[in-house]
Amino acid sequence: MLIIKNLHVAIDDNGSRKEILRGIDLNVKAGEVHAIMGPNASGKSTLAQVLAGRGGYLVTEGSVRYLERDLLMMTPEERACEGVFLAFQYPVEISGVSNALFLKTALNAVRKYHGQSELDAIDFLSLVRERMKRVGMEKALLSRAVNEGFSGGEKKRNEILQLSVLEPKLAILDETDSGLDIDALKLVAGGVNGMRNPERAIVLITHYQRLLDYIVPDVVHVLSQGRIIKSGGPELALNLEQRGYDWIEDEVAAGQMV
Amino acid sequence: MDTQPKSWHNMELKHVPYTLAGHDVPWVLAARQSALSRFAEHGFPTRRDEEWKYTDVSIVGRHTSLEPDHIPPDPSSGAKLLAWTLASEDIHLMVFVNGHYAPALSMINDLPVGVRMASLANILENGADLPESLFNQQHEHTIFTALNNAFATDGMVLDLSPGTVLKAPIYLLFIASGHGVAIYPRNILVAGEGSQATVIEHYMGTLDAHNFTNAVTQISLSARAEIEHCKLLQEGPAATHIAGIHAEQASDSHFISHSFALGGRLARNDITAQLFGKGCHCTMNGLYLLNDRQHLDHHTRIDHLAPECTSREYYRGILDGESRGVFNGKVVVHPSANKTDAHQANYNLLLSRQAEVDTKPQLEIFADDVKCTHGATVGQLDDDSLFYLSSRGIDAELARSVLIYGFANNIIGRVDMPELRTRIAHLVLERLPQGDQIKELL
Repeated sequence: MLIIKNLHVAIDDNGSRKEILRGIDLNVKAGEVHAIMGPNASGKSTLAQVLAGRGGYLVTEGSVRYLERDLLMMTPEERACEGVFLAFQYPVEISGVSNALFLKTALNAVRKYHGQSELDAIDFLSLVRERMKRVGMEKALLSRAVNEGFSGGEKKRNEILQLSVLEPKLAILDETDSGLDIDALKLVAGGVNGMRNPERAIVLITHYQRLLDYIVPDVVHVLSQGRIIKSGGPELALNLEQRGYDWIEDEVAAGQMV
Repeated sequence: MDTQPKSWHNMELKHVPYTLAGHDVPWVLAARQSALSRFAEHGFPTRRDEEWKYTDVSIVGRHTSLEPDHIPPDPSSGAKLLAWTLASEDIHLMVFVNGHYAPALSMINDLPVGVRMASLANILENGADLPESLFNQQHEHTIFTALNNAFATDGMVLDLSPGTVLKAPIYLLFIASGHGVAIYPRNILVAGEGSQATVIEHYMGTLDAHNFTNAVTQISLSARAEIEHCKLLQEGPAATHIAGIHAEQASDSHFISHSFALGGRLARNDITAQLFGKGCHCTMNGLYLLNDRQHLDHHTRIDHLAPECTSREYYRGILDGESRGVFNGKVVVHPSANKTDAHQANYNLLLSRQAEVDTKPQLEIFADDVKCTHGATVGQLDDDSLFYLSSRGIDAELARSVLIYGFANNIIGRVDMPELRTRIAHLVLERLPQGDQIKELL
């Protein structure tokens, strides 16, 4: 579904080019859940933003294929309509626009792209209410402005709500666990697990292993200084939790590939 | 460019008061004549006048005579359609065409006891049963008030007895029709103790007509009265519109003013409130949505004259094309007004490089124990928000419209009546690319 080859990405840092991603290789198949872990400033969020089509990043080398297409050539809205979804680390507050209007506009944009008719108000409401229940969101949040005055947990749940309403093929969750207490984490994880199916791929970007207790990945990757330095099964995450990131970095530095 | 103030002494205007309603009532005629003299003496303000620094009114009188229109033509079918649509709603509708009451287009439903709602011309023609001080306001506010005092043709007079609650709103629809006409509406609202009403003042123009409207609305609130006033400015793209809305508040009264300015080539609203009594609340909300070469100026002034009053002012502007917006909001806390709580904010969104806004919040505080804040911003659409929307499949143009709507909705949402809120939201959305799509989803 998603094939990333030798991806190099730089940003403009006061006139000089600063390389953030330095040759990422990643292959995610439908039905799989991948976790990308790494210390701060390893390039995790940059990868997520580049995949969603955020401007301001310069791809200097490499390619990203998504469903046999060149993902990097697509606009952000085209990517979204083709089924790429990014759950934001810092969801944006949109003053004056109700959550309901936002969700409806997004859902109808995606439906229109696929030549489907718009959902009427009643069908939309019943769909959204059912999905809200899944992530334990209060109905009142539907008429509130998007993320405005939401608690950290409510914002993250709102991302998962959008995920479950838009039903993408590839969901990228950027630090969705950060700032969540254990109850909120369980709700969010439940929402994500409910989305797992053989047609859908999920990429979890996280700093901590904790999330992976609730959403068990198929593959774990360790990102450090813009490269994936190690990949393995769920046990790799446990190892990281116990020993921190240093040991892998040291290991790689010492050239001992395990 | 400033032009020399024209001399209005020699203009053929002296006969006009004799042609207007109430000319056979000596005090009415005298009030009009002295107002006309006062106007002739001062002429129009120029940009050398601090209060008119950004707004050049030298265009006034260039395309129109200043003489009020006497025989209004039939309004456009669009205006009639709106009147008919409104007539079916649960409101009291008064339609005015070029400043003249049009009973055939109006629909005043059964009014509760204690409400007098009438046409000003009608009152003036029938013995002028109106306190002189209410009609004669020539020395108040701007020189345009004097001109209006001289030439006011018609408008609404509303008198609410103490304790009267008017549930259905009053809708005043002012239609400008024809070309090169001068229109002088004048509305007088007197709210008795503890009375309540909502009044909508909607100005609608026609395409490409160089009309000039000079409107004055005065609102007097007795103790504990509550008046919500909403002005909708939807004049045509060549129209000049200069208006004053002036409120006086007695103790514990609540005045809420909304000003939605969408139309007109050159428009100016002077909105003032004088808080004479203790414990008043005054709210002023405004939204201006401009494009092309529109010029819109809001001058607001709130005078805190008594203790323990609160005022809240929220104005927002959205400027596209080569439009120009002016916001000048003055809050004056007089020495007698301790425990004043005043807040004012003006936020502006510039959508093009050629658009321009001049924002000037002014706080003048002469009392010690007060809480006053104010702020103003000018900015562009936020990239993070745009990306957030596009990452959900919404195309760039629609995303912009959603954000602009959201920015405007912060003001629209402050209108109490749901039907009115929807009507205004639709008017705003009709101006935005793909706005019809958003309209369907509301």
